[in-house]
Amino acid sequence: MADKHLDPKVLSALQEVMEDGYPELLDTFIADSEERLRVLRKPEDATQLMNAAHSFKGSSSNMGAVRLAHLCHELEQRAKQKSLAGIEKLVREIDGEFAIVRPLYEAEKQRSLSE
Amino acid sequence: MQSLDPLTILIAEDSAADRMLLSSIVRRQGHNVLTAANGAEAVESFRQQSPHLVLMDAMMPVMDGFEAARQIKLLAGENLVPIIFLTSLTESEALARCLEAGGDDFLAKPYNPVILAAKIKAMDRLRRLQATVLQQRDLIARHHDYLLNEQRVAKAVFDKVAHSGCLSAPNIRYLQSPYALFNGDLLLAAFTPAGDMHVLLGDFTGHGLPAAVGAMPLAEVFYGMTAKGYGLSETLREMNAKLKRILPVDMFCCATLLCLSFQRRSVEVWNGGMPDGYLHSIATGERKPLTPRHLPLGVLSPQTFNDRTEVFPMAVGDRVFLLSDGVIDTCDGNEQLFGVDRLQQVFAANRQPDALFGEIKQALRDFGGKARDDVSMVEVSLLEATQLTPPALVYSDSGQSCPLDWSVNFEFRAETLKRFNPLPYLLQLLLEVHGLRAQSGALYSVLAELYSNALEHGVLGLDSSLKRDASGFARYYQLRNERLEGLRDGFVRVHLQVTPEGKGGCLVVRVEDSGKGFDAARVLERSLDGVRLSGRGISLVRQLSRSASWSDDGRSARVEFSWEALA
Repeated sequence: MADKHLDPKVLSALQEVMEDGYPELLDTFIADSEERLRVLRKPEDATQLMNAAHSFKGSSSNMGAVRLAHLCHELEQRAKQKSLAGIEKLVREIDGEFAIVRPLYEAEKQRSLSE
Repeated sequence: MQSLDPLTILIAEDSAADRMLLSSIVRRQGHNVLTAANGAEAVESFRQQSPHLVLMDAMMPVMDGFEAARQIKLLAGENLVPIIFLTSLTESEALARCLEAGGDDFLAKPYNPVILAAKIKAMDRLRRLQATVLQQRDLIARHHDYLLNEQRVAKAVFDKVAHSGCLSAPNIRYLQSPYALFNGDLLLAAFTPAGDMHVLLGDFTGHGLPAAVGAMPLAEVFYGMTAKGYGLSETLREMNAKLKRILPVDMFCCATLLCLSFQRRSVEVWNGGMPDGYLHSIATGERKPLTPRHLPLGVLSPQTFNDRTEVFPMAVGDRVFLLSDGVIDTCDGNEQLFGVDRLQQVFAANRQPDALFGEIKQALRDFGGKARDDVSMVEVSLLEATQLTPPALVYSDSGQSCPLDWSVNFEFRAETLKRFNPLPYLLQLLLEVHGLRAQSGALYSVLAELYSNALEHGVLGLDSSLKRDASGFARYYQLRNERLEGLRDGFVRVHLQVTPEGKGGCLVVRVEDSGKGFDAARVLERSLDGVRLSGRGISLVRQLSRSASWSDDGRSARVEFSWEALA
C-alpha cells in the first residue's frame, strides 16, 4: 500500500460524498498541504513539527494520499521521540511525494470538471 | 423518529480540507453544521449557538481540542453535549487524554461516513436519554416541592385544629415528629366541661396525605364532643361512624382514648388496635398494661362497634404512658424489631420518671434502630384537681336572648339510659343562661355526679363501697356494664328550674331515680374527704353547689346554683 501514491477507491468515495464540492475540496487540500509543508521545512520547535506532521498525516489519509500519509506518520513519530537525525531527509521525501501527488490531484480535478 | 430530527453539529478542525469533507458528510446525513478552525472558535461558537454535538480535532492551533472540550463541557453543565474526538491518534495515552477532557467517543482518520453516522446516532441517543433523565429529575423535584408545600399547608391548617386542645397542659408530656401527622400519627387532648381531660393517641393506616386527611374529621369530632361534655363512649361511637363512612375500606385508625378524671382520680381507657399503654402506679412501681380490646376506629359498622371502656383508679402522681407502634417496631440493621421486651427493660431500669422519654430514645439509638418519624409517645399524669385550670369557654352570642324564667322536666327510661347520655344536652340548655356560664365546670361536674349516682347507685343498685380498692373498682365498672345491658325498668328524672333573683338568678336542679335510695344523712355526716375512692361524689356535689340536699330516702337530690348581676 505504502508504495501507492493515490488510492482511487478513496477518491471515488470522496467525489460521491462531495458531489459538486469535489473540485474545491481538491483545491483546498493542495493549498492546505502547501501551508503544512512550509511549516515542516522551517519548524520553530519539535512540537510544531510534530503537530504539523500529525495534521498533514490526517488530511492525507482522508484524501487517499497513502504514501504521503505514511511519510507524515514516520515524521510525527521521530519528532515525538526527539530523534532529529534524518529529519531533514524525511521532510525532503515528503516534499518530493507531494510534488508527485499534486499534479495527480490537479488532473483529477480537471477530470471531474469535464464529467 | 430520531433520525428525522436534524441536529446542529459543530465541527472543530484546523485542516480546511478535513473540515470541508466532514461538513459534507455530516450535511448529507441531514444535520446542520457549524464550523470552527481552532479550539477558541469552537468554544465561542458553542457559547453562541449551543449545538447538540461536537466533532473535535485534538491538535489545533490557538486552543487545542482538549482544552476546548473541557470548556464546552463546563458550559453545557448538566446537559449532555457529546464530543467525538477526530483523531488519528493511536497511542492509548493520547486517547485517554481525550476522555479525561470530556470526550465521549473517537473517530479515526480517514473518515468513514457509515461509522460516523452510526456514532452520531448513538451519541444522539445518549444525549436524549440524559435530557429525559434531567427532565424527569426536575419533574420529580417539582412534585416533591409541591408535595412538601401541600404538607406545610395541611400541617398549618391541622395545627390550628390540633392546637385548640390542651397538649400544653402541665400534666402532659409528649414526643412527636413535627410531621408525624403525615405518618398517620395523631395526638389530641382537651378538657371536658367538668375539668376531666380527654386524650387521644391515634395511628392511621398508610402514609402521606391519605393518612393525614382522616385526622381532620377525627380531631373535629374529638374536640367538638369533648367540649360539649360527651363521654368517651359517645365520642368513640361518633368517631367510628364518621371514619367508617368517609374512609376507604383499607383505611382505619388505631387509637387509644383516655378520660382522666382529676376529681374522681380515675382513668377511663378504650384501646382499639394500639400497642399496650401503661398505667404506672408510683406507689407500687407497677406498670399495668392497657391492652387493646377493640378493633381500630373505622372498621366496624355502628351496629357492631363496641364502645366498652375500662376504668382504673389513679393516685396523684400516677402516670399513663401511651406509644405508637413506631417505637416497638423500630428495626435494627438486621430487620430485628425493638419489641415490647426491650421497652419493658427500659421501664425496669427507669429511676427518674421524668427521664423516661429520653431513656426510650437512647435505647432506640443503642439498639441501632433506623430513625423513624412515626415514633409518638405521650405521658399524662394525674394532678390534684386544683393544679389544673381548664381554659374558659368562649361564647359568641350577645346575651340578648338569654332565657331567665323557665323550668323543664325530663324522664329518661331504661332503653334510653342504656345508650343515651343526656348530660351534654342538659348542659347546653343551661349554658344558654349567661349567668351560669362562669360556673359551667362546676355545673357540669355536679350534673354528671348526680346523674351517675342516680343511674349507678339508684337504677342499677351498685354499691359504691365496692370502689374501696383497685380490684373492687374494676369489679364495680364491670357490674355497671353488665347491669346496664340487662336493664328493663327504671328511670332517672331531671327537673331544672331557672328563676330571676334581682339582677341575677337561681337554678334549682332535682334529680330523682327509681332505685332503693340511701341513707343520705349518714353519708353526709362523713367529713368532706377527698381521699377515698368511694363516696367522693356526694362531697364533690356539696363543695361545688350553693346548697345540696337529699330527700325521699336519698332517691331525690336537690342542688342550687345562683349568680349575681353580670358585669
